[in-house]
Amino acid sequence: MVDSVVWDIGYLISASLFIMGIKKLSSPRTAPEGNSLGALGMLLAVVVTLAKLQTEGVIGWELIIGGLALGSLIGYLMATRVEMTGMPELVALFNGFGGGASALVGLSEALKRIQESNIPDPGVELYAIWIAIGLSGIVGWITLTGSLVAMYKLKGGFTIPFTGKWVRFPTWGPSWLNAVKVILLMTSFSLIWMTIQEPSDHSWIYALALSSGLLGILFVLPIGGADMPVVVSLLNSLSGIAAAFTGFVIGNNVLIIAGSMVGAAGLILTFIMCKAMNRELFDVLFKAFGGSGERDQLTRTKVGSDPEEVAMVLDGAQRVIVVPGYGMAVSQSQHAVKEFADLMESTGCEVLYAIHPVAGRMPGHMNVLLAEANVPYERLIEMDEINSEFPDCDVALVIGANDTTNPAARTGEGPLAGMPILDVDKANVVVIIKRSLSVGYAGVDNDLFYMDKTMMLFGDGKKMMNELNGSIKDL
Amino acid sequence: MSLTLGALVGSITVFVLAIFLGFELISKVPPTLHTPLMSGANAISGITIVGALILSNSSFDGANTELAALLAFVALVMATINVVGGFMVTNKMLGMIAGRRRKGGE
Repeated sequence: MVDSVVWDIGYLISASLFIMGIKKLSSPRTAPEGNSLGALGMLLAVVVTLAKLQTEGVIGWELIIGGLALGSLIGYLMATRVEMTGMPELVALFNGFGGGASALVGLSEALKRIQESNIPDPGVELYAIWIAIGLSGIVGWITLTGSLVAMYKLKGGFTIPFTGKWVRFPTWGPSWLNAVKVILLMTSFSLIWMTIQEPSDHSWIYALALSSGLLGILFVLPIGGADMPVVVSLLNSLSGIAAAFTGFVIGNNVLIIAGSMVGAAGLILTFIMCKAMNRELFDVLFKAFGGSGERDQLTRTKVGSDPEEVAMVLDGAQRVIVVPGYGMAVSQSQHAVKEFADLMESTGCEVLYAIHPVAGRMPGHMNVLLAEANVPYERLIEMDEINSEFPDCDVALVIGANDTTNPAARTGEGPLAGMPILDVDKANVVVIIKRSLSVGYAGVDNDLFYMDKTMMLFGDGKKMMNELNGSIKDL
Repeated sequence: MSLTLGALVGSITVFVLAIFLGFELISKVPPTLHTPLMSGANAISGITIVGALILSNSSFDGANTELAALLAFVALVMATINVVGGFMVTNKMLGMIAGRRRKGGE
């Protein structure tokens, strides 16, 4: 019999690897190494656990091997098949699975104890374990259902099985819904109290799963698509907390350390993202913005240009700044953008890319897409640095970006007030590729579209970029 | 295994200190790394796999625990997807960013 100290030392090393992993993940140079350290820590934790089970006497390997194999296969397939544009949804889904797993471990432990009549007498053990089961349940179920809603919101909708009909995922949240959420949260806490009063009655635990699962859905339902990265980051923090509570349930320090550390780091990351969007976390969560709010009615029109005209304007340009947005991600036009840049550079023009911190549907979305298309990293310039360059640039080419370029943000009024924007309107000529003049996520009409120096190319991002490239070649 | 008050306080100490550690750990992160960091941290929160493993085993012990075993099995599958998929996806994202940096002549 191996002393249990050996296992605890193994877990300690694993926890240390997680800490170093997270630390290294926050710097570009060391990030890949950080991810490997985290994965190594996880592998060690699993191996230590299996060795511990083996020495203490395994009752059955079937579930363990089967579960590990099935989970690895599904995880592998999902990770290898995902497109870069599908990344935010997948991260949200994985996150939900993590939270759900923590909740299920707590539930399974409770059921096992009830069925084996292994319920401690009232005292420290009963209170500690039952409160931990309850809390890992609340946080875990909220994470699971909340992440699933977030995933469908990031996708934009879902297909009804067998009919093939696409349904847009609703964003719905009247202000009274906040009261319902508070009531559900209080109900969930009361249910923890009931599980302690009647620990042998499992119906309280099921009721807890139901109320917190519903809370997770209602929590994310009112939040619009552009705020989703913040919500996914917050849910990521919650899945860490759920894992930490599960650590109390099964009495394991590595869960407590890794879980609470991820919880805290995730919360910091959430605040960093909020700051980049110039939004308060409270407003993101409880004040629905866009979606159900008022949207400007379009009263103005603008005549669209055609790719040949734009190609003529671009001819001889010395400096072009490309401003990518969510539209580039949706239309998968990053390769066409790179081709455009190559064409321009072959004539001696300088091409830079202006990256708004919240362009797209996840932070760093544009960076990852452009990297996929082989755009050199140093051409991607962050907002604060590129803004001074716009007055000196001949043409700013906006692809599917709207709110992040809207000068209305400078006026200090309306939903966009105070949001930092890219100063695209200061460029000599602005070319905008967009499907229509429709308002962006914030529901505010964009003056940029109607300026005399603006040329609109109406259409799908990829199609228009290819036509534009064709016209440039034909010149 | 009975839990004493002393052991509980020990665990709570670890919990609180790890929270402070997490707050200190990342202070400045470039926007490019927000998503990989989130996804990497998310994979680490799959550590709950340890709990799922323990319960997938012990749930066979004793009579009439099929449901508990089934739930532990589902938990194990979900946690494994979270861990394996999470680290792989993070690696994929970082590969694209880091690969470009090298080619770009950093």
